[in-house]
Formats: sequence, structure tokens, C-alpha cells
Amino acid sequence: MAEFSLPKNSKIKSGGKVHKAEPGASNVKTFKVYRYDPDSGENPRYDKFELDLDETGPMVLDALIKMKSEQDPSLTFRRSCREGICGSCAMNMNGKNGLACTTAIEDCKGEVRITPLPHMDVIKDLVPDFTHFYAQYASIQPWLKTVTPAPSGKERLQSPEDRAKLDGLYECILCACCSTSCPSYWWNSDKFLGPAILLQAYRWLADSRDEFTGERLDELEDPFRLYRCHTIMNCANVCPKGLSPARAIAEIKKMEVERQI
Amino acid sequence: MLVSILHRATGTALAIGGGILFAWWLAAAASGPDYYESFRYYAVQAEAGDTLGCIVNVLARIVAIGLTWSFFQHLFSGLRHFVLDTGAGYELKTNRMWSILTIVGSITFTALIWGCILLARG
Repeated sequence: MAEFSLPKNSKIKSGGKVHKAEPGASNVKTFKVYRYDPDSGENPRYDKFELDLDETGPMVLDALIKMKSEQDPSLTFRRSCREGICGSCAMNMNGKNGLACTTAIEDCKGEVRITPLPHMDVIKDLVPDFTHFYAQYASIQPWLKTVTPAPSGKERLQSPEDRAKLDGLYECILCACCSTSCPSYWWNSDKFLGPAILLQAYRWLADSRDEFTGERLDELEDPFRLYRCHTIMNCANVCPKGLSPARAIAEIKKMEVERQI
Repeated sequence: MLVSILHRATGTALAIGGGILFAWWLAAAASGPDYYESFRYYAVQAEAGDTLGCIVNVLARIVAIGLTWSFFQHLFSGLRHFVLDTGAGYELKTNRMWSILTIVGSITFTALIWGCILLARG
């Protein structure tokens, strides 16, 4: 169900720490970062970090790493590749989901507010719990499923045209920016698969080598799993890879109808 | 996202608000000329000296304009959903343009209709 206010123990309380920039810094920008420590038993808070941009790299992730190494080593966030291919540093910056490593600081107006992905359980600071998200991914069986034996000694072939149908789908890095920006997913994530998982589902439906298209469509044909998508379009608007989960979901809906004609 | 929210809000307004008012209007018409006249008096034109009646008139007009706009907004965003369901119009720019046009269209049509109504009444 829709929840419009945070649970009592998730309400953000005031009185966070302020980490001042070094005296003499000329190009100072303030970052307001969501902090939550499950061990302290306290409610979440915002800490303020002042950074000298002349001494900081260009991306929000550079700023976070600088805060962690120079101002507060307890600051917790996921990161790995620092170039938009691993999807680890997905978070909400100034109200918009994105990857911290591909979001430029200069594109963030004013004080930069950094929070974890919306409407997810928080493990610590900027680290959300992806257990359910990954379980949903596993539920669509994201691998090539066949009944015919593979041709001996070589791969299953695919024409360039059939391969082209996977463009715009295979690039998904499962960062969850789209799913956690979707109001339908906020309110029905227990049953609705959400844009990221449905785009992945379509990636296997669209694959000419996969032989379980019918079974996959049977699994998806459900008022909640698929049809909670109401083309709100937040998913396509935030995708850091420029993909369109909304279009992939529309294609699944079309396949569900077309097979009945 | 705004057009999606408007679609739901206007749909609710039409179904509940519009439904109740329509039923009320039918009930008033079925209850005979005297009752209908008092419905018309408060909904459309109270006497100049009747302050309460005039306030109710203004409120009724605001509700009527709101329902007209709700109708067109819901109609146009419904048509947009219809086109999206064919798998067309998902490019971000195209999508944004059509969502803005549903709002521009609904406001334009509401203004046109109420312009005509007010002109006809003189």
C-alpha cells in the first residue's frame, strides 16, 4: 500500500555533524549526506560535508571518496568501477536517482543532498538492501533456456538482425535507479517486478535463441508482476545508461496480447 | 509523472464528484418543476440580492469548470495511454511533448467551451 510518511524509526532527526572545509578554501560546496547507523539505535540524520571543489574530482563519487578518506571514515557507500559499468554507486542526488560516478558535481545545483535509493530498506548510510530486488531478478530465470540440443561443436547462431533486437536491453547494469524511482514499485514492490527486472525479462523474451518464450509470458501475465506498470516514465527518465524500461514493458504487454490473436 | 497523477486525480474527480452531481441533477429533474427550479436557482442563477445564492452560484461554476477540465484532461491522457500501449511514443522528447500537450489541450478545450457557454448566456 501507499505510504506517504516515513516509519517512526526512519524519520530524519536534526542535529547532524558538520564537517567544515579547510580554512582558506575558496571554491566550497556543501554536501548534505544521509547517515544511518543500525548499531547506534538512533534515527537517521543528515551530516554536512564542506569540500573545496578545487581539490576534488569532477564527479559526486569523487566527492564521497574525499569525504570518507579525509573527513569521516565511517561514511558508508557502495562503489567499484567508477565509470558507470558496475552500477554499485546508484543513489539519489538532489532528488534524482543516478550513478554517483557519472553524475557531475557541477550539474547539481546548490547544496547537494545525497540519500540512498528511495523506498528501499537501508542497511547503513547510502547502502540499500537489494535482497528482494535480486530475488525478483532470479525469479525471471535470466539465462538462455532451451529444449533443443546445442549444435555440436559450435554456438547457437543468431542473425545480425536478431542480435540487434537485444540492443537497448543487454546494456542494463541492474543498478536499480529505475525501479526505485517508480511509484508503482514503491507501493507494490512485494508483487510488482519493477522496470529493471521487467526489462531483463524482455531481454530473454526478445532473444531469438531462447525457446521458453511462452512459459516466460505465462509467468509474467499477472495483474501485479507485469501490469502494475502505468507508463509513468520515471524509469526511462532516470536510467543512467539511457535505456527505456518503459518501452520494454510495453513490448511485453504487446507480446501477451499478440499471442492470443 | 505529473500527467499520470493528473490522470488518476481527474478520474477520481469525474467518477465520484461528477457521478454524485449527475445523480443529483437527475433526481432534481425527476422531482418535479418546483424542485428543479430551486436546483437551477442555486446552480446557475440566483437573484442579485441573495448573497448566499450568489456564493453558491460561484462555487457551482468553479466545480463545473473543474469537471470540464477534468473531463478533457482525463480524455487526452487516456488517449496518450492508448497510443503508448501500441508501443509508440517512448522516446524521451516525444513522450515529454505529448504529456505537455495533454495539459495544454485540456486547458484550451475547457477555455473554448466555457467561452462559448458564457457568450451564449450573454
